[in-house]
Amino acid sequence: MGFLKVSSPHAHGPMSTASVMRLVLMATLPGMLALTWFFGFGTIVNVLWASITALAFEALALRWRKRPIGFYLNDYSALVTAFLLGIALPPAAPFWLIMIGTGFAILICKQLYGGMGYNPFNPAMAAYVMLLISFPVEMTTWMAPKGSFAGDLLGPIEALRYCFDFGREAIDAITMATPLDVLKQNNALLVDDLWSQSAQFGQIAGKGWEWANAGFLLGGAYLIYRRIFTWHAPLSMLAVLTLMSLLFYDGGSSASGGSPFFHLFSGATMLGAFFIVTDPVTSAVSNRGRLIYGALIGLLIYIIRVWGNYPDAVAFSVLLMNFAAPFIDHFTQPRTYGHSTGAEK
Amino acid sequence: MSQLIRKVWDIHGGIHPAENKQQSLQSPIQAAGIPPQLILPLAQHIGAPASPIISVGDRVLKGQMIAEAKGFVSASVHAPTSGTVSAIESRLIPHPSGMSGACIVIDTDGQDEWLKHSGVEDFRSLSKMELIDRVRQAGIAGMGGAGFPSAVKLSTRDDKPIETLILNGTECEPYITADDILMRERAAEIIAGAEILRHLIKPSKETLIGVEDNKPEGIAALQKAAEGTGIEIVPFPTKYPSGGEKQLIQILTGKEVPAGGLPADIGIVCQNIGTATAIYRAICFGEPLISRITTITGEACSQPRNYEVLLGTPVQFLLDQSGFKKDDCIRLVMGGPMMGYTLQDTAVPIVKTSNCVLAPSVAELPPPPPAQACIRCGMCAEACPVSLLPQQMYWFARAQEHEKLEDHQLFDCIECGACSYVCPSNIPLVQYYRASKAEIRQAQQDKIKAERSKERFEARTARLEQEEAEKEAKRAARLQAAKDKAAAAVSNPDSSKTDLIQAAIERSKAKKADAADPAHDAIARAQAKRDGKVEEETPAAKTERLQLLIASAERRLTSAREKLALAKEQGGESVEAFATAVIKTEDKLIALQKELAEHQASSTSAPADTDAADPAQAAIARAMAKRAGASADESDEDKTQRLQNLVATTEKRLAAAQQKQSIAQEQNDANVAAFATGVEKTQSKLDNAKQELAEHLAQISTKAITTEAASAEQASSDDPVQAAIERAKAARAAQTDMSEDDKLKQSIASLENRIARTQEKLSAAQESGDDKAEILADSIAKLQDKLASAKQQLG
Repeated sequence: MGFLKVSSPHAHGPMSTASVMRLVLMATLPGMLALTWFFGFGTIVNVLWASITALAFEALALRWRKRPIGFYLNDYSALVTAFLLGIALPPAAPFWLIMIGTGFAILICKQLYGGMGYNPFNPAMAAYVMLLISFPVEMTTWMAPKGSFAGDLLGPIEALRYCFDFGREAIDAITMATPLDVLKQNNALLVDDLWSQSAQFGQIAGKGWEWANAGFLLGGAYLIYRRIFTWHAPLSMLAVLTLMSLLFYDGGSSASGGSPFFHLFSGATMLGAFFIVTDPVTSAVSNRGRLIYGALIGLLIYIIRVWGNYPDAVAFSVLLMNFAAPFIDHFTQPRTYGHSTGAEK
Repeated sequence: MSQLIRKVWDIHGGIHPAENKQQSLQSPIQAAGIPPQLILPLAQHIGAPASPIISVGDRVLKGQMIAEAKGFVSASVHAPTSGTVSAIESRLIPHPSGMSGACIVIDTDGQDEWLKHSGVEDFRSLSKMELIDRVRQAGIAGMGGAGFPSAVKLSTRDDKPIETLILNGTECEPYITADDILMRERAAEIIAGAEILRHLIKPSKETLIGVEDNKPEGIAALQKAAEGTGIEIVPFPTKYPSGGEKQLIQILTGKEVPAGGLPADIGIVCQNIGTATAIYRAICFGEPLISRITTITGEACSQPRNYEVLLGTPVQFLLDQSGFKKDDCIRLVMGGPMMGYTLQDTAVPIVKTSNCVLAPSVAELPPPPPAQACIRCGMCAEACPVSLLPQQMYWFARAQEHEKLEDHQLFDCIECGACSYVCPSNIPLVQYYRASKAEIRQAQQDKIKAERSKERFEARTARLEQEEAEKEAKRAARLQAAKDKAAAAVSNPDSSKTDLIQAAIERSKAKKADAADPAHDAIARAQAKRDGKVEEETPAAKTERLQLLIASAERRLTSAREKLALAKEQGGESVEAFATAVIKTEDKLIALQKELAEHQASSTSAPADTDAADPAQAAIARAMAKRAGASADESDEDKTQRLQNLVATTEKRLAAAQQKQSIAQEQNDANVAAFATGVEKTQSKLDNAKQELAEHLAQISTKAITTEAASAEQASSDDPVQAAIERAKAARAAQTDMSEDDKLKQSIASLENRIARTQEKLSAAQESGDDKAEILADSIAKLQDKLASAKQQLG
């Protein structure tokens, strides 16, 4: 007769994995634009080079694993990893640094575990942490924000040149410690004094940083609106970070941990909250689990930022909670219809 | 209107697929007409299949019952129009697996002649039991999709008072409009049905009809019809799958049916509105369920609409009327696009549960794309109406981690398909859950089986050890006795000598007696010869055998019924299994009784003629086969060999069966009866085999005689058939004289043999004070009866 024999449901919704990933990529654009506006074209060069290398590594790994290359490349997941890593790295990072990062992320953190969906750790964050530990100098060379120094921002050509290691020494002239770093090193000044004395600070947080974070917040809100992920993990992470910074703000003394606004709009807070913590593969699965998962990441970020050795802590916190996600899942199974309690009988 | 806006609750998750309902709502319900042939599956409902009460060739009238409900959870089937039963056979039925099932096929005569029927004027004058009985007689089963027999659902228990009666007019699946159009056109019938249901169930609080708010016309029609009745129509926001029974209950009452429980546990009964209409027609007009409203829709149909369809109408008949374009359609769905299943053939019939046939175009429902990797995005968990974690269950299903699946409440999945619908990676999640459910059920059954065999093995080991110990003890005792004897002989040599002499005398006497027996046999044979013709041994024995089988089947039936009753009390899941067992046993019993009746009828009239004709005819057939060049017949030696083998193996099996029986008795197992039947069956098989062997041996000897005569004839005759006929005639003559007494002799010998063996066992059993002594004594008595009758025949 020639009728198909398939099981229900026969209808399918409009969403596909590729369209989810494309939306995520699109949602990074406002933040990326803000970064480019304030720190020059370095971020865009990062993202481009990371994308090229990530796709190449992905194709290579698929070839080794004898998987259909086109089918898997089309899911855009390698591009998402590349974008996130490219954004997280210091603008105009050396090409080899980016390449090692994407190679580590794609080959080791993703494909070695079985490819998309099987990786226990967020590939971009694992690669970031690996680079931070291995190449601390390159990883902490951030551009000075627009308006905080006399020279010009990196143009596209310059950014490319620096990236591919031509006359890279000159880059030192336009780098500056990040606001998070400045606050961390402070041990004598009141917060207000520090603010007025350092060129890095802007309205509520670091100059440029506050706009980049606002951009990622905007993109994230759009993704929640499109129901790409739920609000639970990002909101609980931001809430706990706010709560911690409120508790330890102490009115702005020299030992202050920084204001809530400062923490919310500095470093990788919003990028982390909406693009890293929400990575479905490596996070907790139930909404209750995600609340806990996000909250603990927020807590860890504050602890490491203020009392730890590193000025920013999103990557470390996310990786630590990636470990804990299955454990959280075990205790946060939702209550099924008709059952009095959830996980345990 | 006591409350203007009633509070409704929301269910977790849910989706909003494209509704596609308008297409089939453009025209009113139309009668689909009478197809040339109706195919009525015996299982159109959940539970035991109905059992046919008509035969092929019977003329049936519209509304006549043609198959009756078998057991409690079952529904009868009626003829949807008048015609002739042309077959009762296996046909393709609407089922996800595309399987066949027993169907009654009616060739319609186009006269649509009703059986005389009448309804009750005032249903309130009937008791609950009478009403439920009428519903049962009408063969009504849930028409929303599951097909649970309505009479069973209505038999609410007094210890579980019902607060709320809910009528389900949700129809949340896309495309389907059968309930919608029913509400628009026949709201009064729905309300009348609801009144009957209300009278039956007597809900203490309220009667509600839940309808999604995408059916404003239907809601308005119902509200108009329900005015003044106190029945409340409750519209609520459209969302799939609100129409699931559990989901609707949650939406209307905020209550959840406990896992593994029934709505009645929380004081709710839920019925589909189509079912309510069917109940109304059954009570008020006496019309059984013989037709339903079915939506035919999809882009491959140029005229989608709703039909009033006679049950059993082939899908093709409906598609033909709807302008079906075969070339545009690659999948045909029975039901909706979310939970329906694909049909492989358009010959399958519409049944009581068929609410829709969806014939989509390729563009409308394209073939599923290949599945991508799960990224655990959790959209499935957001869509799940029962708050499962489909993404986790998917991983567990792939890894076959059954324990974890059960921990994640796999069995609460209602297979609504919302998770698969939203999955961006196109993973067929529901398919994984269905397969896993089946695997888990299978594993559970295997486990039970393994445990049983373990128990049996352990019991056997224990018994063997015990036997060994007993033997050892006996051996020791014998040794001791021999020693004592030797000691006695030494002390008193004379007495031992006299003993020996005495023994020798006895032996010789016994020998003499033995020698007398053959003589006696010969005399008997001679007498038999004088009588000329001896009837075949079987009729009496067969009657006896059948009676025994019937008795045992009756015993089994009683025990099965007891088990069923017990299971019902305890409310275990096995109720259905027991119910099936009861039905099977009933079937067997009926078959046996029938066989007995037939046998008794035939044994009184027929035997002589057929017996005489048989060998001749067989010979002709053999000869024809020979002429055709086929030498498939096995040679005499082969057959002898085969029969001997058969006898040997059957004896082995008999021994094994007897062993099992004794084990069962030792352990007081519930299966003793079954084992006893097994032993009996094997015994009868052994008898048959032995008899066949005897017959065969006799035939060989007859052949030897007739070959001589035949060879002479063959010289003159060219045609082997003619020769064979001659030979056969000769054989018949010879056989009637010779083989019968040989046969009887053989069977007498075997009976004697068995009696001797059984007596041995009996004495052994009596020694050990075993329970089976009684059974053995019984069987000896039976055997002796048989022996006597055989001897009588011979003499």
